[in-house]
Amino acid sequence: MTEFLTSTGAVAAFPEITLALSALALLMAGVFLKRTAYDLVNGLAILALAGVAVMVFLADTRATAFNGAFLADEFARVMKLLALLGAAVALILSTSYMKAHKLNHFEYPVLVLLATTGMMLMISANDLVSVYLGLELQSLALYVIAAFDRDNAKSSEAGLKYFVLGALSSGMLLYGASMIYGFTGTTSFPGIAAALANGEASLGLIFGLVFLIAGFAFKVSAVPFHMWTPDVYEGAPTPVTAFFAAAPKIAAMALFTRAMVAPFPSMTAEWQQIIVFISIASMALGSFAAIGQTNIKRLLAYSSIGNVGFALVGLAAGGEEGVKGVVLYMAIYLLTTLGSFACVLAMRNASGQQLEDVKDLAGLARSNKLLAFVFAMLMFSLAGIPPLAGFFAKYFVFMAAVKSGLWALAVIGVVTSVVGAFYYLRIVKVIYFDEPAAPFIPAAPEVKWVIALSGVFTLGFVLFPGPLLALAQAAARSLF
Amino acid sequence: MPELLKDYLPIVIFMGVCAAIGIALMASSFILAVRKPDPEKLSAYECGFAAFDDARMKFDVRFYLVSILFIIFDLEVAFLFPWAISLKEVGLLGFWSMMTFLGVLTIGFIYEWRKGALEWD
Repeated sequence: MTEFLTSTGAVAAFPEITLALSALALLMAGVFLKRTAYDLVNGLAILALAGVAVMVFLADTRATAFNGAFLADEFARVMKLLALLGAAVALILSTSYMKAHKLNHFEYPVLVLLATTGMMLMISANDLVSVYLGLELQSLALYVIAAFDRDNAKSSEAGLKYFVLGALSSGMLLYGASMIYGFTGTTSFPGIAAALANGEASLGLIFGLVFLIAGFAFKVSAVPFHMWTPDVYEGAPTPVTAFFAAAPKIAAMALFTRAMVAPFPSMTAEWQQIIVFISIASMALGSFAAIGQTNIKRLLAYSSIGNVGFALVGLAAGGEEGVKGVVLYMAIYLLTTLGSFACVLAMRNASGQQLEDVKDLAGLARSNKLLAFVFAMLMFSLAGIPPLAGFFAKYFVFMAAVKSGLWALAVIGVVTSVVGAFYYLRIVKVIYFDEPAAPFIPAAPEVKWVIALSGVFTLGFVLFPGPLLALAQAAARSLF
Repeated sequence: MPELLKDYLPIVIFMGVCAAIGIALMASSFILAVRKPDPEKLSAYECGFAAFDDARMKFDVRFYLVSILFIIFDLEVAFLFPWAISLKEVGLLGFWSMMTFLGVLTIGFIYEWRKGALEWD
């Protein structure tokens, strides 16, 4: 057994192995305890995520495992910490909701742990085969939790839609991967880069690259592969939606970035134009389509499509500067999104029912000043108003685009973010200036904590931007 | 490029042999077999159901559960055969990889057992 561990270099993947083993152990604990299992399994799952985060933080970087298919570098470390944070906060947010809606089955935390294991594999993937393995492990767990409220027609619809479209996108990705393998003779990222280093890229290889990008665009929900997002986000239970908008986005974006930068540096011109297109399309659709939305979860779904567009601006710019922008954008997006969904979870009427309409927020400023203030700040941050965190996220990706000469992209980005500001500001207007609707009952304590911490981050980032910037810088440097 | 394709030559030959055997069997039954058709023989085979009927009928969901659980263990065997034959080549790494896989499957099996998915009633 020890020989097995050293010969494969599995030591580098210890955090992933630990997380997978804890998911299995918790599954057994849950199924043997039955009744009281949810609280215990949920608590232990959060602890496991925290423990694995410590392991990731302390692990040495620049280690490979399994014949180079798995790579633990600084970029992977930062993105894994973000994904683990997203998963842990999503689990914390779900506790009261799941109990109130009688969804407190112990399978939920176990599935979240398995999905997170898949995300960590995606982030560390350095080979087309491990890309696919990580992606499927993540996606299969996500399909199930989308339909977790299985007696609810909308939730089942969300799960089924997500499954069908997710399977289609995995198929496209595999097709692209098989073409790339066929034209380079290898699946490993460094191998592909070496095979492409000399000579022109063939037409078949470009086809493969396009299919690969189409698959990734599905997973990060970039236009024109975004159709599933609003329906899935609206149908899934709200804490599940919070999870979808946070952790898997981080992992998919990290995978997207690495899978462009590491194996295809010599084909930058080819993939850059595709990224520029999906980036512009996502920013435009995210801004314009959200204007007509009345359901706040749907609105946040369009907002997340738009945000992916902005993050892709950084990837299109490429280089260390661009990747730094992507990492920073995703970090700030993660913390803002978790806060926004915590605010949505706080929208409950006197009978404990979850409200989802924008008009239910009317006059919130009079009944709950603090919630109204943080919600408004998060919306301002998503709109990119200085001095809030969201402004700096956009600033760094646009700066990267300008520096690499993508002027048109940066200008279109700024224009669409002005259009997007309209619907964010509409929410602020509804909260502060409309005739009050029925007040909400007090939120669950864990939801309050997440709202408070997210609000503190959004407001305080301008004072202490150093640590996060340094992390993003170090992550970007390790990719080149 | 031709080097890479040469590795796949056995597969091309195998596909050719498959096609030849398949066509030979079908053609021989077409030419040699005795034919006495009756309505039952001519109707499409649809295990246990009328072939042409209303598709919107109630169907016990437990059939799906059983078939899904069956597929998992069917696939396990499909993995075990080539592994067992090539154990000498794949060595210790291959051995422990399969043990890990079987361990994970066992945990899944215990889960479905405790959940009562294996009981019909």
